[in-house]
Parts: sequence; C-alpha cells; structure tokens
Amino acid sequence: MPVLTGKELRIVGFLCNWCSYGGADTAGVGRFNQPTDLRIIRVPCSGRIDPLFIAKTLINGADGVLVSGCHPRDCHYAEGNFYARRRLEVLKRFLPILGIDPARFDYTWVSASEGQRWQKVVTVFTEQIHALGPATRHENVSPELLAKVASAIQGGNRVAA
Amino acid sequence: MAEKIGVYIDESSVAPLLNAEELAAYVKEKCGGACPIVKAHKRLSSPDGVAMIKADVDAGELDAVLICGTSPRVDWDVFTFGDKVLVDRVNLREFVTLSYKNPDGSSVAAGGPIPAELRSMVQDYLRMGVVKMQKMNRPNPELPETNRTILVLGGGFTGMNAALAAAGAGAEVILVEKSDKLGGRAAGLYKTFPMNYPYLEATDTGIDRLIGLVTGNSRIKVRLNTTLKLLAGAPAMYEATLASGGNEEKVPVGSVVLAAGWTPMETEALAPFGYGKFKNVVTSAEFEAMVKAGDIKRPSDGKEPKTVVFIQCVGSRDKSLDRPYCSGFCCMYTAKQAILTKDHIPDSQSYVFYMDIRSPGKMYDEFTRRAMEEYGARYIRGRVAMVYPKDGKMIVRGADTLAGTQVEVEADLVVLAAGAEAAKGAPQLAEKLRISYDKYGFFMESHPKLKPVETNTAGVYLAGSCQGPKDIPQSVGQGSAAAAKVLALFSKDMLESDPQISRVDIKRCVGCGKCIMTCPFKAIKEVEFRGQKKAEVIETVCQGCGICTSTCPQGAIQLSHFTDNQILAEVNALCQS
Repeated sequence: MPVLTGKELRIVGFLCNWCSYGGADTAGVGRFNQPTDLRIIRVPCSGRIDPLFIAKTLINGADGVLVSGCHPRDCHYAEGNFYARRRLEVLKRFLPILGIDPARFDYTWVSASEGQRWQKVVTVFTEQIHALGPATRHENVSPELLAKVASAIQGGNRVAA
Repeated sequence: MAEKIGVYIDESSVAPLLNAEELAAYVKEKCGGACPIVKAHKRLSSPDGVAMIKADVDAGELDAVLICGTSPRVDWDVFTFGDKVLVDRVNLREFVTLSYKNPDGSSVAAGGPIPAELRSMVQDYLRMGVVKMQKMNRPNPELPETNRTILVLGGGFTGMNAALAAAGAGAEVILVEKSDKLGGRAAGLYKTFPMNYPYLEATDTGIDRLIGLVTGNSRIKVRLNTTLKLLAGAPAMYEATLASGGNEEKVPVGSVVLAAGWTPMETEALAPFGYGKFKNVVTSAEFEAMVKAGDIKRPSDGKEPKTVVFIQCVGSRDKSLDRPYCSGFCCMYTAKQAILTKDHIPDSQSYVFYMDIRSPGKMYDEFTRRAMEEYGARYIRGRVAMVYPKDGKMIVRGADTLAGTQVEVEADLVVLAAGAEAAKGAPQLAEKLRISYDKYGFFMESHPKLKPVETNTAGVYLAGSCQGPKDIPQSVGQGSAAAAKVLALFSKDMLESDPQISRVDIKRCVGCGKCIMTCPFKAIKEVEFRGQKKAEVIETVCQGCGICTSTCPQGAIQLSHFTDNQILAEVNALCQS
C-alpha cells in the first residue's frame, strides 16, 4: 500500500510485547492524539530485534524506524534490553556506512504504563522524520542489485525474506 | 505454515468508526486465497463469538485463526483452540480505532466518511497480520513425562509446612536441610506471639509437633546435613545434585520449593550498642534461648535481671547500614519477650526503645498493647544513642521523641532486636537455581502480586523468609501456597510447553555456542550430533524472548511465532506493496 503521498511517511515501529507495546495500548486506551504514520510490529523482547531488521526495513523503503523496549533493568526477560541497547547503538553508528541518515532510526524505552510518554515519543519521532522528508527510493535500481545489497547485509547466511 | 487462515473481525473493537463487514471484504479481496473464512462478529471474546470460531475450527477447515480486534495483551487466554490451531492477533482497537483522531485533535464523527489515514492504517495492520500468520509454523509442543518429586530446600517452619502440604496431596517430597536437625529458626524459640484464639497469650510454636509429623510421614524423605550443589534440566525433569559430607548424589526431581530462610543480623550492626564488648548486652535470639532454658540470667554474674531494656530496629530501617527495610517481626517478638520477662520475673520492669510499632497482623496490635497495658512494659519512642556500663549496670541513653527529652535507663540486661537478613549463601544458591535476588540477598518472586511464589525459573518456587522477612503465620501461608503451585504444575499427566519457544535448525547450527551464552534462562544446551557440537533448546525452560534468535550468526535458531521470516514479511507488507 503506497503511503498517502504528501501527507504521510512510512514509519515502522518494533515494540517489545511487555512494556512498549503495552505503553502503546495505554496510549490508545487513553485516547491520546498520535500521528498516523507509524505501524507497529510486535516482538517479544527488544533483544529479539536483529539490527538487520532495521537496516532491511530502511532499505526496503521505510522512512523511519523506531524501536522501543522496557526500560533498562526492567526487562521482562531480565537482560534482553541490555543486548538490544548495545546492538542498536552500534547499528546507529553503522547506518551512515550504509548510506542511511542515522536520524531515520531511533530507539527508546517506554513502560506499559507510560501511555503519555509513548504519545510524546511517537510525535517527536514522526516530526523528526517529516523534517527529513521521504527517504530516497530505490526505484531506478535493478531488482538484481537490490537483491545483492540485501544479501550483502545479511552476510549471506541469514534467512532471506 | 498456516494455509487455511480464519480471519475474524471484532465489531466492538472497530465500530463505530469502521465497518467490520467492509474490513472483512477487504481481507477477502487482498488475501482471500489464504483465508477461506473471513467473518465479522459483534464481540469475539463473548462466549458466542468464541463458539463461532470453535465451530469453524472443529469443522476442520482452518489451521490458523487470526483475531482482529483487541490488543493481544488482553483476552489472551480466551482465544485458545487446542494445540493444532495457530492463533495470532491483530490489534485494531488500541492501535487504530482508539488512538485515531483527526489532525485537528477532534474525534472522527461516526457514520461520516472514513479518513484516508485511518483506512490505510487498518488495512496495513490487517495485511501484516495475514502475512505474518502465513509464515507461522504449526506448534509442536513436546510433552515430556513428568517426575513429580518435590525437592524442598530448607527444613524450617516454612519448608516443613510446604513439605507436609505437598505430601498431604500425595506428592513425594525430599526435604533437604543444611544443618543437622529440623526446625530452623523456630526451633530456637521458646514461644511465639499468639497464633490462635483468643490471640492474647504467647503460644508454643508447635515446632516439635511439626517435626514429628514430617519425620513420621512416609512420603517425606528428610536429608539432614545436605546441600544442593547443582540443579540441571527442566521442570518435571530436573536432576538435583545433593552434597552431604563428602558424598554427592544425583536425584531426579520435578520441581523445587525454596525455603532457605533468614538469619539474624550480624555483629557489625550490633556493635554500636556494645554487643560483643559488654556481656550484659545480648541479642533477642540469645535472650530467647535463656527463656527457653527457663532461667533468665545476666551473663556477667548469673543474677536475675530486674530491669530489662529492649532495643528495637537494630540493623533494620537503617540506611547507614544499607538495611533500609523493616524486618517485620521484631516488634512482635519484642512485645512477646517483654511479656515473657514479666511472666518469669514478676518484679521485673521492661523498657522498649522503638521507632514505630508495626503490628499489622490479626490481633497483633492488641498483643503489643497488652505488653504495655497489662504487663507494664514501658515503651519509649526514640533511638538509643549509647549503651555503657556503670556500677555493674548498663546505662542505656536515648531520646524520648514523644516527650522531647533525653532518657537514661539503668538496665541489668540489654536485649537487641536484631533485624533479619537473607540466609548466608543465598545469592550463591539463587545463582545455582538461576533465579533473581535483590541487593540484600532476598530471592525475587516473578511478580509481587500476580506471581508471589513463582520465580523466573520454571518449576522453582519460593516460600518464607528467603523472599523477604516474614513471621511464622505468613511463612506457613506462603509455604502452602508454593505447595499448591507445584501441585497445579503436576496436575496434568503431561506437561505442555509453550508454543512460543525457540527451535534449532540442526543443519544450519554450527555449534558456536553464542546462543548458550546469551540465553538469560540457560534454556539452551550443547549436544553432540554425529560428532559435531550443536545447540539444543530445553523446551520447558525456554521463555520465548528470542534473544538467541537475534544472536545466532547463522539464523539457525528461530523463535516460533516470531521468526526472522515472519517479522520481515510484516516489514515487506508495509514497505513494498
């Protein structure tokens, strides 16, 4: 589905089931006004998020990616978000090498009760992406080249999507 | 892989902004090939809605059910249709209809035109849900045989009660006690504060009777002078290595109840009050032993003390010692000891220095009042500044904050109500069992309200003061609760594992062991497969976080329901179509 041209951008959120997904639920239940650009993908833990998901999402045409997990030291699985924090910080520094503006990616911590915080996080991030504008589309790139890039990112070993 | 998906749209979640039938038509149009059944219902979580889905499932037309409506965080226990049918959820209520507002902040008028943003949002989520479901693998829960022996660690009041409760329901129990006798701390008590009607007299603890019941129970095997060295395996199939003397023995057990107890605070907290320096300053435990032996005497000269000063909160609620917590039961046992002192030495006078009286149990406050009003114990609200000897007496100098004055009491005997600490070696024990403990060494429950006796290790339960200071009635309650939880775990013939667990593709696995290192639950072990190292998931221990999946450099270990393929399919559904 093409996004609503000129109105919306494509922002993908990876949210951990226990905290941030609950926080987004809380924001919904609280009927907090939120931008509509974001689509949320539920994962059990922010530690489940492979940095390659984010790289792949951005290369596949998303304009922004937001990751949110439990606050550090408050992980449902004890230490998953510590792994996430390390991986995502490395990824953020690695994105320019891929030719992606690191401002298109951010990670944050929102607990299940922080509906208001979630609203703020989404709003600020969406504004940030809108300020950057749409990401460069790879429409003129041959599918073969795209496949090569994707396979290079995946190290040749990962499961192809 | 799900090929026949039933998509059900909950009207109560999308109305009145969206029309459930229209959404159903959209799913049919876009994903009709994968979804033979697409239906809308007024309220899916109602018995009627569940029955409708169940009828379709029973007709054999579906291998997966996609519920589009409320958040997966609610009603997760309502939508289960047996282990042959996959279930996933699409969150249309919290993420779409509830959170959507017009750009000017106003709500969408019902019945009016549907804003393009709202339509795009709901359609995206529906497509994401279907593509994720299409790549979801059929659950294959393995059902291991259960070993129902319960290993109780700790032969104190809590452990013995848990053992008796479990044995009473027919379970086999191994009761392991570190010391050479049963009874724990309660064995050192002469009497305890009242536990039965009319809650006025200090009562016998009943520990001897309890020890008799435990040793006389044919289902309980008591192992004294024994400690746990190692616990390996999974619930219903644990192997405990018990060490006794120089011998080690491997025992198969099903689950573990941890009742490791507590220990009174050590001398560093007691030193400011002269403990260890002056003979006539004793701890409550030492005083209790005197009362139990039947002669309350001053250690210095063996004379009967006529004035006894009790100092409460020694080592409790003291930030300077990094012990900010309240030990809970000291107020009560101090009141009890004041009463017992008067009982044994009728012409004696007790003084109690206290910070606050914390007596929230049943009839507890009445009991402390009785110590003051009927037994004449003088309660002085304030801290003690110093204790020093003078002319064969101990001078206790402190503040009376209610009177706003300094007080000095000439005491024959000073009793320090030392607070409770976690048992020695508790952190090491927790690490053997892979459970959490707080900074004071008390074990952490899974959830303070919802899972108060469970731990983060499946099949390991907590009871008594090892989780936090508790008095006897609370410990007994928690011991019984832990026994009930174990019995509930074993109430099934076979143990079901959660379908959301990781699985190893043995062909892809190169045996690097990174997943074993990162797993927070030690749910992955190394195995030999045709001479090569491979990882293997212990399915009943796996909690389904997926940290291993994002760690594996080969993509060989995949978390069911959240595989790389599924998540990337969702991404593609959003970005590429």
